[in-house]
Amino acid sequence: MPMKIAVCVKQVPDSWAEKKMVNGVLDRESVDAVLNDLDEYAVEEALRIAEAHGGNEEGGANTVTLISMGPDRATEAVRKGLSMGANDAVLISDVALAGSDALATSAVLAKVIADGGYDIVICGTESTDARMSVVPAMISARLGWAQLTFASKVVVDPAGKVSITRVTEAGVDEISAAFPVVISVVEKINEPRYPSFKGIMAAKKKTIDQRDLASVGIAAQSAWSQVNDATPRPARAAGLKVTDEGSGGEALANFLAEKKLI
Amino acid sequence: MSDVLILADFSGGKSSKTTAELATAGARIGAVTAVVLAGAGQGAALAASVNQGPIAKVLVIESDDFATYGVAASADALAQLVKEKSPAAVLIASHAFGKEVAARVAVLTESGIITDAVDVAADCTATQLVFGGSTTVHSKVSHGIAIITVRPNSVEADFNNSTPAIENESTSISADAKKSTISSSQPPVKGGRPELTEANVVVSGGRGTDGNFTAVEAFADSLGAAVGASRAATDAGWYPHSHQVGQTGKSVSPQLYVACGISGAIQHRAGMQTSKTIVVVNKDPDAPLFDIADFGVVGDLFNVLPQATSGVISKKG
Ligand SMILES: Cc1cc2nc3c(=O)[nH]c(=O)nc-3n(C[C@H](O)[C@H](O)[C@H](O)COP(=O)(O)OP(=O)(O)OC[C@H]3O[C@@H](n4cnc5c(N)ncnc54)[C@H](O)[C@@H]3O)c2cc1C
Ligand SMILES: Nc1ncnc2c1ncn2[C@@H]1O[C@H](COP(=O)(O)O)[C@@H](O)[C@H]1O
Repeated sequence: MPMKIAVCVKQVPDSWAEKKMVNGVLDRESVDAVLNDLDEYAVEEALRIAEAHGGNEEGGANTVTLISMGPDRATEAVRKGLSMGANDAVLISDVALAGSDALATSAVLAKVIADGGYDIVICGTESTDARMSVVPAMISARLGWAQLTFASKVVVDPAGKVSITRVTEAGVDEISAAFPVVISVVEKINEPRYPSFKGIMAAKKKTIDQRDLASVGIAAQSAWSQVNDATPRPARAAGLKVTDEGSGGEALANFLAEKKLI
Repeated sequence: MSDVLILADFSGGKSSKTTAELATAGARIGAVTAVVLAGAGQGAALAASVNQGPIAKVLVIESDDFATYGVAASADALAQLVKEKSPAAVLIASHAFGKEVAARVAVLTESGIITDAVDVAADCTATQLVFGGSTTVHSKVSHGIAIITVRPNSVEADFNNSTPAIENESTSISADAKKSTISSSQPPVKGGRPELTEANVVVSGGRGTDGNFTAVEAFADSLGAAVGASRAATDAGWYPHSHQVGQTGKSVSPQLYVACGISGAIQHRAGMQTSKTIVVVNKDPDAPLFDIADFGVVGDLFNVLPQATSGVISKKG
């Protein structure tokens, strides 16, 4: 059975860049934007699943579609996923989506997913900017699809079943479900490939279907939480630094005693 | 006063310290009802352990569906209670399970959600530390019921014993919440040390240990600390993944965090930089983690730690 796989990818500010808030929202204009690195694992896993069951290249049985909600310039991040080997992409951009929260984001993504008729949706476990780890569970709840999240291993039976190993602080679970499913993958699952030169060239010709809210067929939903204020905290200043010349350990113990940490 | 629901948090079959923290934050808003989701026949024992912190009532729901269908079933039951009781807020522990339960409850009850709060005020305003702890944000849910996940070890808990009334409640889990089936579950291996996210002191080792954690563990034990690890150490198989601190591991915010042989990559900092006091032991004087250390020792951890361990032991007397 050919499989239709979707991967939710988000463009985020580079995690190395200094971030600041302007009027209660993250100032995205002032920093470099990249594909959320945790989503690269999701793209990689989707490609591996497709490749293990007949491929997604020309003439392959399966398709891997990237779905992203973000501003126009999110096309850059989406191209990265396409150059890794995804077939095509849907990018939802609309001025009315600025300042969306996870609930609004998941509503838009769920609508696009429902209309696309996918068998499997794969997400990262977390976006490095919002750091909520909630969008995959929300998509699953909205669609009424099985939730298979925090997967460190995914096994797909193209006849319509997925089994995963879930790893969280609560331990390790073996979970399975029938299509359609929403998966999120942890970063231990694979090593994302680097786009090849051929992949980068091919990606330039791949379709990014850019949609506004009207063409998605959903109304904008305002954020259901409000930021009252955001204040920079005093930067952590480096404290005392000693070089061990035979008594560094004692100095450390003394510091802890002084601070009443013993 | 309006009511507040908290989802009781368990570890090793007993209510965890986090439950008391949730109750303490919740009691600022209203009378606290702790919800206990238990397997059939296990409710009474679990409920009996929910007795620390200002808890007015414990509501027990017993069903084997929680163990079989996981997050979705727990969220389904909690959402039904939320709809029935319309509390002012729902407080849940901010770990993978808690955040996913909160996410689904928010969708099912059409409520706003705030994750990773480090504090919650009487008017349900949540405090969060974002961008790696560099910015403090105050925010509030503006639609529906405030669904807030609270980071373990952040709220100063009132651990006084309470004697809550225990009530049983039944629910039936919807078909949508029974779509993924758990065939086996293995709880994390618990050593004799405190739980990482709950510990007052955490001592972590990185690539600099070269796979030998004995010095790190001995120092941790002298301080009664939990042991953490960088991803370099967990990837190498030197320490279990459940001990990884950082963006894709656990977030910790202890009174004291001691990083040994860890350079301080941004992904590691993301999980520890809100610690109250940070100590760094690294032989490279330019290791970036020194920039945020309250105290740093430039030196070989295999020399520094054993001496520090004896120092601590003798000071404790
Ligand atoms: C998507 C993604 C997610 C990630 N998530 C995490 C995460 O959750 N947590 C995490 O920690 N990392 C994470 N990382 C990895 C992170 O980028 C770093 O690679 C990692 O933290 C490095 O670990 P380290 O500091 O132990 O090793 P290194 O960077 O190699 O540093 C080792 C340090 O040990 C010192 N040293 C060596 N020998 C000694 C000695 N004898 N005595 C004293 N000091 C010594 C060295 O000077 C050096 O500073 C993630 C990376 C990615 C891409
Ligand atoms: N705007 C978005 N567009 C596409 N996917 C998203 C978006 N936001 C979140 N996701 C997906 O949801 C995962 C978890 O994100 P979060 O809940 O924001 O931490 C990410 O790794 C993505 O796979």
